[in-house]
Amino acid sequence: MTLALYVPTGSPVHRAPAGAKLLTLVAVSVVVFAVPTLPVVGGVLAAVVLVGLGVARLPPALLGRQVRAVLWWLVALAIVTGVVGGVAGAALVVLRLLALVLAAAVVTATTRVTELVAVVEWLCSPLRVFGVRPARIGLLIAMTLRFIPLVAERAERIREAQAARGGTVRGIRAWTTTAVPLLVQVLQMAHTTAEALDARGADDDAPPARPPSRGRR
Amino acid sequence: MGHSYGARTVLADLTVRLTERRVGVVGANGSGKSTFARLLNGLVVPTEGTVTVDSLDTRTATRAVRRRVGFVFQDPDAQIVHPTVAEDVAFGLENMGVAPAERAERVAEVLTRYGLAGHADHPAHLLSGGQKQLLALAGVLVMRPARIVLDEPTTLLDLLNARRVALLVAELEQSVVVVTHDLPLLEGFDRVLVFDTGRLVADDSPAAAIAAYRSLMAGRP
Ligand SMILES: Nc1ncnc2c1ncn2[C@@H]1O[C@H](COP(=O)(O)OP(=O)(O)OP(=O)(O)O)[C@@H](O)[C@H]1O
Ligand SMILES: [Mg+2]
Repeated sequence: MTLALYVPTGSPVHRAPAGAKLLTLVAVSVVVFAVPTLPVVGGVLAAVVLVGLGVARLPPALLGRQVRAVLWWLVALAIVTGVVGGVAGAALVVLRLLALVLAAAVVTATTRVTELVAVVEWLCSPLRVFGVRPARIGLLIAMTLRFIPLVAERAERIREAQAARGGTVRGIRAWTTTAVPLLVQVLQMAHTTAEALDARGADDDAPPARPPSRGRR
Repeated sequence: MGHSYGARTVLADLTVRLTERRVGVVGANGSGKSTFARLLNGLVVPTEGTVTVDSLDTRTATRAVRRRVGFVFQDPDAQIVHPTVAEDVAFGLENMGVAPAERAERVAEVLTRYGLAGHADHPAHLLSGGQKQLLALAGVLVMRPARIVLDEPTTLLDLLNARRVALLVAELEQSVVVVTHDLPLLEGFDRVLVFDTGRLVADDSPAAAIAAYRSLMAGRP
């Protein structure tokens, strides 16, 4: 998984409102598709890199990781569009994808998940008329981001434990022997998580108005 | 009071009244300690008899009981629900409807107290096992529940962090029930319960209860 998670550097980009950053991200996407010329798309890419490294002071390695994650996509796209539209066409497509990926990385690395979630909740608030609770959607997103790396880590630990006892670590057999214990662990964890959500008051519709009083148990 | 999961009776014929500030619970694996802890805040409702907290029945006033009794589980990973440390600590406060400014203040205060201040914006999955345990504790204590139940809070901690948790527990003004295999943690407690295969076999001062627990275990093949 290549989620560019929050990298705190305290820059002005970090302090900018999440809504504005998301809006900029949308604007960047619109521009690189609406004005498909090399100078414009190249300029946008340069601006994104400049903001990411110069203003937001993100580590270059972080942006490098994002590029590496889509490298094979880029190569495949370049070949296909190169055959159809020549070098200029290929360059345009590659620069455009790079601009989009890096812009998204800059936004996620400079914005806390809770801030992004607040924007999503706000966007979802009209759905209230259909009985949807925006706060629930927000929690769902946050929990997804939290549990993806966790499940990956558990899978890795199971694989390590099996390797330590001489099990296979590659191929279909490794996958099947990992999947079953992983599923068991994830289900167990889901059970406890549900209890923990209850215990921390996630099911409360209305927050309690008064502080808890002290009595005897 | 008693509890069964299906046909399997996990706790039987139990009558206790906990009024002390520091109550410890010890016993062999599978003896029913965690089930007992869950009964205290209504996560599990007894199949026989009743459990009341401050005269609230956990069966009928479940929500009120849960708001009153904070609970920290054995597996910290399963109870951390937000991607970063500070966000997770703020979660319970959000649910309580605490205003953002006060929330930030209380989160910062708790993170400092637990030695996690430098990790506020770190992804939770990059913390060590012990730090996760501390984070899980912080996430519950920040809500300032009137009473607290801890299920093996020091299992993953090194000596330093275990001592830190012991000190924290000693300092808490709330009444606390701690389930643990970490016997030194119970030093200075007011009362210790010993469970064995679903029965309360000793209920005494820490020294006497731990001695009873040791001799019980020593008698096993
Ligand atoms: N949800 C459940 N469904 C069925 N059986 C359960 C459930 N939870 C616990 N048990 C069983 O109840 C018994 C007591 O479990 P409990 O978790 O209370 O023990 P414990 O004393 O906390 O053990 P440990 O020291 O290992 O944490 C065990 O035999 C366990 O298998
Ligand atoms: Mg247990």
